[in-house]
Amino acid sequence: MEEMPREQQVKFYQKGTYTVGNRLVNAKSRAVQSSITRNNSLTSGHRACQGCGEALGARYAIDAAMRACNNRVMAVNATGCLEVFTTPYPETSWQIPWLHSLFGNAAAVATGVAAATRVKGKPEIRIIAQGGDGGTTDIGFGCLSGMFERNDDVLYICYDNEGYMNTGVQRSSATPPTARTATTPAVGKEPGNVFGTGKNLPRIAMAHGIPYVATASVAALHDLEAKVTKAMSFRGARYIHIQVPCPLGWGSSPASTINVARLSVKCGLFPLFEAERGEVTSSVPIRNPIPVIDFLRTQRRFAHLMKGGEENERKIAKLQAIADENIRRYNLVRKEV
Amino acid sequence: MEHPFAITLDVGSSLANRTGSWRTSRPVYVKHLPPCNDTCPAGENIQAWLFRAEEGNYHLAWQEIMKNNPLPAIMGRACYHTCESVCNRARVDETVGIHAVERFLGDMAIANGWTVTIDKPVSGKKVLVVGSGPAGLSAAYHLTRLGHKAIIHEAAAQTGGLMRYGIPTYRLPRRVLDAEIARIEAMGVEVRLNRRVEDLGAAMAEEGADAVFLASGAQNTRLVDFPTDGSVQVRDAISLLREIEDKRAQLDIGKRVAVYGGGNVAIDAARSAIRLGAKEVIIVYRRTRATMPAHDFEVVEALEEGIELRVLRTIERIENGGLVLEERVLTDTNRSNPTGRFEYLEKVDTVVMALGQLVDNNSFLKGVPGLEFVGDGVKVDNLLRSGREGVWAGGDLIPAERNLTLAVGHGKLAARQIDAYLRGETYVHPPRGKIAKFEKLNSWYYADAPKTIQPALSLIRRQSGFEEVLGNLDESNALYEARRCMSCGNCFECDNCYGACPDNAIIKVGPGQGFEFKYDYCKGCGLCVTECPCGAIDMVPETI
Repeated sequence: MEEMPREQQVKFYQKGTYTVGNRLVNAKSRAVQSSITRNNSLTSGHRACQGCGEALGARYAIDAAMRACNNRVMAVNATGCLEVFTTPYPETSWQIPWLHSLFGNAAAVATGVAAATRVKGKPEIRIIAQGGDGGTTDIGFGCLSGMFERNDDVLYICYDNEGYMNTGVQRSSATPPTARTATTPAVGKEPGNVFGTGKNLPRIAMAHGIPYVATASVAALHDLEAKVTKAMSFRGARYIHIQVPCPLGWGSSPASTINVARLSVKCGLFPLFEAERGEVTSSVPIRNPIPVIDFLRTQRRFAHLMKGGEENERKIAKLQAIADENIRRYNLVRKEV
Repeated sequence: MEHPFAITLDVGSSLANRTGSWRTSRPVYVKHLPPCNDTCPAGENIQAWLFRAEEGNYHLAWQEIMKNNPLPAIMGRACYHTCESVCNRARVDETVGIHAVERFLGDMAIANGWTVTIDKPVSGKKVLVVGSGPAGLSAAYHLTRLGHKAIIHEAAAQTGGLMRYGIPTYRLPRRVLDAEIARIEAMGVEVRLNRRVEDLGAAMAEEGADAVFLASGAQNTRLVDFPTDGSVQVRDAISLLREIEDKRAQLDIGKRVAVYGGGNVAIDAARSAIRLGAKEVIIVYRRTRATMPAHDFEVVEALEEGIELRVLRTIERIENGGLVLEERVLTDTNRSNPTGRFEYLEKVDTVVMALGQLVDNNSFLKGVPGLEFVGDGVKVDNLLRSGREGVWAGGDLIPAERNLTLAVGHGKLAARQIDAYLRGETYVHPPRGKIAKFEKLNSWYYADAPKTIQPALSLIRRQSGFEEVLGNLDESNALYEARRCMSCGNCFECDNCYGACPDNAIIKVGPGQGFEFKYDYCKGCGLCVTECPCGAIDMVPETI
């Protein structure tokens, strides 16, 4: 899948080829987010921080799912930022049927809701489970793996901000190496999160052989919406992993959330790809690749790497090696781009 | 609705939580001045007409140009397009080919016979315009649209001034010139040919004019004196170009021609000499190629046609059918200093002097009471008013950079001044916006696309006659080129702000109506500002 919709590849749309909408293309080729009638599944008044990437990612994904399923969508939410900032009693920002139970059981609850729709004979109602990286890669991982191996008819969306942000920025198994968090302070011999830890959940999901796995970014809206739409065309267990920068936890400016996500994709640290039944089927080539340092220097969580010295250079080189490995594995830098 | 604790909440009930109170600065939609518009000497709103052209709405685009410039087909060819030298797109890939799209629109208007409307009711006032060059025609056009009667007195047998008698046909075909002038005349501008003004007061009285715009140009060639034994023909570039126009290229200039000077007129003369059958043309210039006043692309085209540059040289004297040249050196301050070393350029048939033009101060201008001169030209204030009430002056007649586009701009400014004067009002310049700088754009959103190269005629064809050198864009190319405009500082409704707001605090009003902020919910994160491709949103501090 290309990041740019096919209709926009014709040579007449140089202006704003990658923008949300574009008055020069037909309405079908514009993003769901450009529509006056988009659902706004997550509406105003929520208590997310300024420039929250997760609030953005959740609206992008659920609005696209609503469009794809004629608004017949129910969501189950793990505990986490997304649950806390959207639904502080007695208010909620959700404009869809939405359920919250515990931190670790979103996948299991969603399995149950999916079973209920089946029993009730309403297969047109589609179930989404969603949570942050904590509720997905750590606390909810057992239930999620079970949902995958049983191939339950649920789309699980992980909004990955690389840490436990609303409890005060603790490390999760999705926190990248060297990143400073409250539990991996930038002190001592090995400042920040250590190399060789953490897990790559999209690849673990692929290993379950489920119908569809994809990664997406708030900086690539057309691609994100296309992947959610595609996921809803499958039955069975599906998984989408969306990177959502957190200005608070990453130490970036609220105004730069999308740009930071873009740099993360452009340097190769966050590859955009999709896989079906365990096999990678496509990836989004990087337009104008950059070295990882251009991404790292936009965030205070990596500020300790910017102080110079051999040790820091070695660490930056190790991060670059991770990016280079992604670029090789997913064929992210191609000649034709 | 009453619900049991923590069981059910009403959808969207968070709207009660006005998160706008968190904000310390607010985003506001703005319009900034694109650099192309800022630099255009004719004051065109280039971004606005490209916005219409990219929709394929060429008629509207052309009308937008015509608000400021009555000669798009001419300017699209002969203007040196300073707009393109400041185009922000150059920082992404290459500049937008603004002149090529303008020319495409201008030609389309001629082909379709498009006309403009007269915007104001007839005022009954008459304005005498002296000269039918670009400044005079522009003033007459704008005065007519403003409801006044413009009467042009032209000394020559044909209209157009230096557009006809200075710009060679390979840069500006005469059918284009004639068509655009005919459109202005058809609006009701009266042109009296072969009418050289000898006494301005008498000419005003004869026409019953309430005001005057002087645009009689600068036709005298600047001459330098060097000794000659008469063995080489010496002539000036302006009269040469005029003679080419009158005699339609039936002119013998010899086989080996030297052109003295480094400006655009020198290049025009040199390229014309090639077309008159000269085998070798040498441009002699006292400074370096980099410091030549001629536009670089003109120099490049001249070199492509086989013209030789002899830089850092001055002509010392003419003897034995050749030129004695002195070598020069450039000082740090770009002065050309003599070296005392000489060389001989042999077998020269003609030397063409192209060292600049001067206003003829000995003409009727001398007899106009109150009119003052400064250096070479008529003294005017920054609103083009001369020392005599009711008389404005512009174009090459006043001391300024002398070019076609500036002249068209002068005509417009003078027309607006004269309009206000005739109505007993004072013309006030509308305020200029802040410049839309490249740093304010988010260029990631613009896909790379190289500038469409205008199909150039083959060199052979170019050297053999006075056919037009640059071809036109076809419609698909013109559309492609128009859509490369980044719309710097002006919203083009890409929906990025609407999509990028994490708080759903932007209302999309509808096509053509833009966007509004919901300040009740906007937290002031500034994401919309960062993600706006064209820099049309500013953050301003809240007053607390």
